[in-house]
Amino acid sequence: MTQGVVARGRAWVAAVPGIWLLVFFLLPFLVVAKLSLSEAAIARPPYLPLWEWDEDYLTITLNLGNYRYLIEDALYINAFLESLRIASVSALMCLLIGYPMAWCIARARPERRNVLLTLVILPFWTSFLLRVYAWIGLLKPNGVINNMLIGAGLIDQPLTLLQTDFAVILGIVYTYLPFLVLPLYANLVKLDGALFEAAEDLGAQPWQTFLTVTLPLSVPGMLAGCLLVFIPAVGEFVIPALLGGADTLMIGKVLWTEFFNNRDWPVASAVAMVMLVVLVLPIMLLRNAQNSSEELA
Amino acid sequence: MNGRYFVPIAASLGFAFLYLPIVSLVIYSFNESRLVTVWSRFSTKWYAELFRDPQILQAAWISLKIAFISASLALVLGTLAALVLARFGRFAGRTLFNGMTTAPLVMPEVITGLSLLLLFVSMELTLGWPAGRGLTTIIIAHTTFCLAYVAVVVQSRLVGMDRSTEEAALDLGATPVRVFFDITLPNIAPALVSGWLLAFTLSLDDLVIASFVSGPGASTLPMVIFSKVRLGVSPDVNALATLMIAVVAAGVLASLWIMNRRAGASGSSVQ
Repeated sequence: MTQGVVARGRAWVAAVPGIWLLVFFLLPFLVVAKLSLSEAAIARPPYLPLWEWDEDYLTITLNLGNYRYLIEDALYINAFLESLRIASVSALMCLLIGYPMAWCIARARPERRNVLLTLVILPFWTSFLLRVYAWIGLLKPNGVINNMLIGAGLIDQPLTLLQTDFAVILGIVYTYLPFLVLPLYANLVKLDGALFEAAEDLGAQPWQTFLTVTLPLSVPGMLAGCLLVFIPAVGEFVIPALLGGADTLMIGKVLWTEFFNNRDWPVASAVAMVMLVVLVLPIMLLRNAQNSSEELA
Repeated sequence: MNGRYFVPIAASLGFAFLYLPIVSLVIYSFNESRLVTVWSRFSTKWYAELFRDPQILQAAWISLKIAFISASLALVLGTLAALVLARFGRFAGRTLFNGMTTAPLVMPEVITGLSLLLLFVSMELTLGWPAGRGLTTIIIAHTTFCLAYVAVVVQSRLVGMDRSTEEAALDLGATPVRVFFDITLPNIAPALVSGWLLAFTLSLDDLVIASFVSGPGASTLPMVIFSKVRLGVSPDVNALATLMIAVVAAGVLASLWIMNRRAGASGSSVQ
């Protein structure tokens, strides 16, 4: 009998967050899928219903027009490709900058490790929006960087830094760097120090040890870190909106414009569906990478 | 070139990169000139301006309310989810449950925002609730994505915790509920505090999701900042940023100090 009580209690504990997530996380995707198949209209809300009861007959109108529109208009395909490109470049840049940081933290004395980790996490606790905003002041034509370069006599005319793809990538690298450093650190700190000593004793140069021992063993951490940067970066809106130019096409910005400026909810939903499909593979890869780095432990 | 110094130098540059923009925000918040990046002289007038701006003050109040309620709801739901994942073993639907708790962490915000808004609109059409959009819908949206963060933080603490006391209590006949409140809860308290703080910060900071699910009269602080910043840099935003950074820095220093004191206390008791 007590077994039954315990099982029922557990079912209740699981039901509360389970139902919340079903209603407010899973169900919304079905609504998006439904809406991506309906037609836009000038109404409140601005779309036509997918099914209608008409004197005992159920009429279902499926409209694939939104998806066809995405394929036919080069804007959407270009925006998708551009987002994937910017997100990949940003993830690789994060890796280049973050690897030495993660390595240094993992090899620091334990009491210094916590301080360094806190330094990596600390910016994450301050407002993301304001950290992106800070770059406007640094990058704009009469901003800090241009003023310094002109003051040093290195350039005569201010460089165009803001409203470029460069600024967008810089912004993404800056805000998502901690997401790469933390999983990579968790991976590197678990590596057995004896391996490095063995390699050194056997006469390997430090760079040889790095290439043949450290690098292969840190693949799960690198992969998890890069994907944690890549996935949210693909759909990023704030950074291209603030640091990019009018010609910076990123899919998150396109979705935002379709929704808020054009009020075309069905096309915005179709964009979201395609984005989900594109991101399913990286999300599954991320789960695998996280699982394999847990097994390493 | 000496290879031994390459890694520390590269790492220091990485840390400098993380802090340079924040430092420049703080410095230029004390600049008298309206041209944010041209230094004229030290002044605190933008702070005074900030506290005279009713739009910012009202938005800050709304954001704090939303963050407090969402973080508290997310704490309860996220802790339950973590308990399910860390303690319930295998059960039917575990993969789905796990997927639903971790997917919000990587889901692009535009998708989360759009999908929740469409849900709220269809619910209003079919159920008549929630009537319109505003505080309630933002709180629901923030609770949903903050829940995932709380669950991750609490779950890792639950997995790392020594279970023998829990098992002993169960063997001695304590009910699972009693074991949870008397043993598990005090053990995971630090994770609960950091989970709540994380949820609070994330809610306070969110622009994209709130923009989708908000309605008239419910502009949050990030929404007001974004519309100001889109028109160009404004020094009072620098002042606001500096205040927020000061609060965060104070909080982190306090928690480091407490942790150090605790570590010191446990160290001396071992001796």
